[in-house]
Amino acid sequence: MKSPRLLRAFPMLAAVLLALAPMVVSPFTVTLMNYIGIGAIVALGLVLLTGFGGLTSFGQAAFVGIGAYATAYATTALGLPAVAGLVLSLVATGAVALFLGAITLRLGGHFLPLSTIAWGIAIYFLFANIPGLGAYDGVSGIPPIVLAGVSLQSNGAIYYLIWLLLAAGMWAIANLLDSREGRAIRSLRGGAVMLASLGVDLFRVRLAIFLIAALLAGLAGWLYAHMLRFISPSPFEMRPSIEFLLMAMAGGATSIYGAVVGSALVILLKNTIQDILPLLSSNATQMEIVVFAVLLILLLQHARGGVISLVRRFLPVNVTPPEAAAEGLETRTMPQPGTELLKLDAIMRRFGGLVAVNKVSFEMKSGEIMGLIGPNGAGKSTLFNLVTGALKSNSGQITFLGRDISRAPQRAIAKAGMARTFQHVKLRPAMTLIDNTLIGAYPRTTSGFLRCLLRLDRAEEARATRVALDALDFVGLGDKAMELAGNLPLGNQRVLEIARALAADPILIVLDEPAAGLRKAEKLALAAQLRGIQARGVSILLVEHDMDFVMGLCDRIVVLEFGSKLMEGTPAEVRGSARVQEAYLGGVA
Amino acid sequence: MDFQIAAFLAVDGIANGAIYVLIALGTVLIFSVTRVLFVPFGDIAAFSALTLAMIQLGRLPGTVLLLLLLASIALALELFTLTRQRKWRAMPWAMLYYGILPTLPALVAWLTLGTTLAVGWQMLLALALVLPIAPLLDRIAFRPLADASVLVLLIVSVAVHFAISGLALMFFGPEGYRTEPLTRAMFDIAGIPVGAQTVLMVAAAAAFSGLLYVYFETTISGKALRATASNRVGARIVGIRPGRTGTFAYLLASLLGGVSGLLIGPVTTLYYDSGFLIGLKAFVGAVMGGLTSYPLTALGAVVIGLLESYASFFSSQLKETLVFGSLIPILIWRSLTSIQVEEEEEDIS
Repeated sequence: MKSPRLLRAFPMLAAVLLALAPMVVSPFTVTLMNYIGIGAIVALGLVLLTGFGGLTSFGQAAFVGIGAYATAYATTALGLPAVAGLVLSLVATGAVALFLGAITLRLGGHFLPLSTIAWGIAIYFLFANIPGLGAYDGVSGIPPIVLAGVSLQSNGAIYYLIWLLLAAGMWAIANLLDSREGRAIRSLRGGAVMLASLGVDLFRVRLAIFLIAALLAGLAGWLYAHMLRFISPSPFEMRPSIEFLLMAMAGGATSIYGAVVGSALVILLKNTIQDILPLLSSNATQMEIVVFAVLLILLLQHARGGVISLVRRFLPVNVTPPEAAAEGLETRTMPQPGTELLKLDAIMRRFGGLVAVNKVSFEMKSGEIMGLIGPNGAGKSTLFNLVTGALKSNSGQITFLGRDISRAPQRAIAKAGMARTFQHVKLRPAMTLIDNTLIGAYPRTTSGFLRCLLRLDRAEEARATRVALDALDFVGLGDKAMELAGNLPLGNQRVLEIARALAADPILIVLDEPAAGLRKAEKLALAAQLRGIQARGVSILLVEHDMDFVMGLCDRIVVLEFGSKLMEGTPAEVRGSARVQEAYLGGVA
Repeated sequence: MDFQIAAFLAVDGIANGAIYVLIALGTVLIFSVTRVLFVPFGDIAAFSALTLAMIQLGRLPGTVLLLLLLASIALALELFTLTRQRKWRAMPWAMLYYGILPTLPALVAWLTLGTTLAVGWQMLLALALVLPIAPLLDRIAFRPLADASVLVLLIVSVAVHFAISGLALMFFGPEGYRTEPLTRAMFDIAGIPVGAQTVLMVAAAAAFSGLLYVYFETTISGKALRATASNRVGARIVGIRPGRTGTFAYLLASLLGGVSGLLIGPVTTLYYDSGFLIGLKAFVGAVMGGLTSYPLTALGAVVIGLLESYASFFSSQLKETLVFGSLIPILIWRSLTSIQVEEEEEDIS
């Protein structure tokens, strides 16, 4: 039986074996392993970008090329040492990635990958036509890397540098994924709407992972140039980019080990078919890409998880919750109960010719539970989206804590202390309950990408974990912290969304049909929990269909009909109103 | 550069742009109906030109072998799926669609080998030979992934391009070909010589774009395509089969690609792998239109044609870099003007 201890011992074992390898295996194998290491560094970036972030690039080879050409130019034309070449490689790839990311990442999903094809080709032709970079002949005479007086000229020597850098890269990426920013990255694919509602700047996160992937490729380019000591444009065109993508996919795009496994598979396979194909066809290099392309298609059709996913089910699952500090994060000062919290003034929203919300005004006091009800099509959901900032009103003003938020982005509203849940639960099913809850604490924490990569975020992370565990305990899911959210029944998933909202330390929680699809007992439990939240000084605004639920819970109710406010009052007043009965039952007989 | 040269380059650019228009329209069409960005589009254009050239040289076009290969894979896949689902009755239809229909043009090409056909028949045969390629690729590569994200479909699409262009080298060989021009007549418009072939290219591109417009606006099957593009679930509810409309979109796109290949064949020497760059340039044009608007796409494609023509005058070596680099200002413009909408994308694994 495999134990977690064995799992932890695995990287150590692998490190020892890899360190001894060059003394045992043939020089040819060392060369092959150097290629595997360099490929894995590039594939690691793609694992982060594609497997976790849901973005992709067909131009990674061009980034490798920029890194390689930058150092080649620095060390041959300028006569600088290789270490200075590394700086130039990283600066050049980073600058290009930031620029390209800045102009494509705000656009829809496919603009980035397709522009990477286009600019990958553009850069290839650029390398091939600039006389200063040797044009099609390339650059030769690149000096070897010299570190602390030791020359890494031999393949056996640069081997250690390649694999050390790869290990460092894997360590940093693993840190990143297990952090505040990492949870945002892991939620990008399929959770964009949820992330935006929690105050995450999606553009910044996407740009950061694109940059990290490019820098890893630039680093690989630097190693490549100093290992071969000669470069030409052809290894940096489209075809190798496809190979890198195949590496990430073959190993398993959702595991950092997948990068190494995939790189090894592709390079060994390439080596094998280079022996076989010339026997079958005179155009071996062309046939090579056919084989790789077909493999990539088959992988995506039949085994999208790659090799790692086949092994993963045999690996032990981590069940120990992360370390929590004694103290949570700083909390906000709640406004005095009874003061004005939220005010809508003649809010109007049109969709084409349809007026979905027509000059609705109401006020909500701090500490209240307020219900928003109305028949189907009354404009409840639209109003809900206007309040949370997911939609913008055509006219009118929304004030939250005395601040006009009618034009504010969702992010600013979330930061100001408004948290929401969704009618159709938006959780990360493949993440644990504790991770799902921790996403809620994102706006309260500050560790950036650099701190997360270097694992300097642990103190803050432990305090955030405390907040998340407390929130889970409060809603009664504390004992399931390490289970996957996707395995919970619907009622518990709703409650988990509330825990996530609580982790944000909100002043106002806005709930979208929290009782929908719940059984009677679950509804009662939910109502009790909401009262418990109210007792902590948090105000609640809820949109709901279920009359019993609303009447029993709310302090005040606003009734909407055909986009306009029909009336406002206590549950008893609403229940007694003939106009409300008419709206719901179509006229009093 | 004097006026004469500028005007000459403009004519050249518009002619190239006309080709890009057809391919860009097809790209947008397939993307909106199937969510696949069909990268191998340019390859189909190149294949149709190469096919015509080989027919004219009296050789068996490489497309015949390519078709037979693709059809047998598609048929095998289809029969395997039907056997697993025990849908015996659908078997003869599968034989017809994936076995007989795609191989008919191949058979004709083989039978007519050695006889000299009239140019019109040659072109028709070349078109018939490339027509099944896109639908077959759809069956082989994309149909099993109907539920996948746009990202996965795109990766597959790029892989399909590399697979078929690698195979094309085997079937067409590394030589470049140029087809016989339909006409060698020259006009003189305001002192600028304009080839009749150029006029023909622009006219054909305009005619096909016009036909596409009429088809979408006035026919039931055109409307079904539009319905599928705007809402797949909704279209299914009213009885439109997304799979079938998808096949139809691929056929239409194959046709557009084939026609543009026939038009470009006489003016440019094409190789087995020339299609990729043609397709990508058309894509750059389509990006101008935001991958949704047909008129803007057409305009963008013409602009790219012009840009390429002038770029090749200034620096033939950096031509490609300039053309693809022009994507950057376009993207900056789109990024500044378009409204950000977070769309939900499903998990890929």
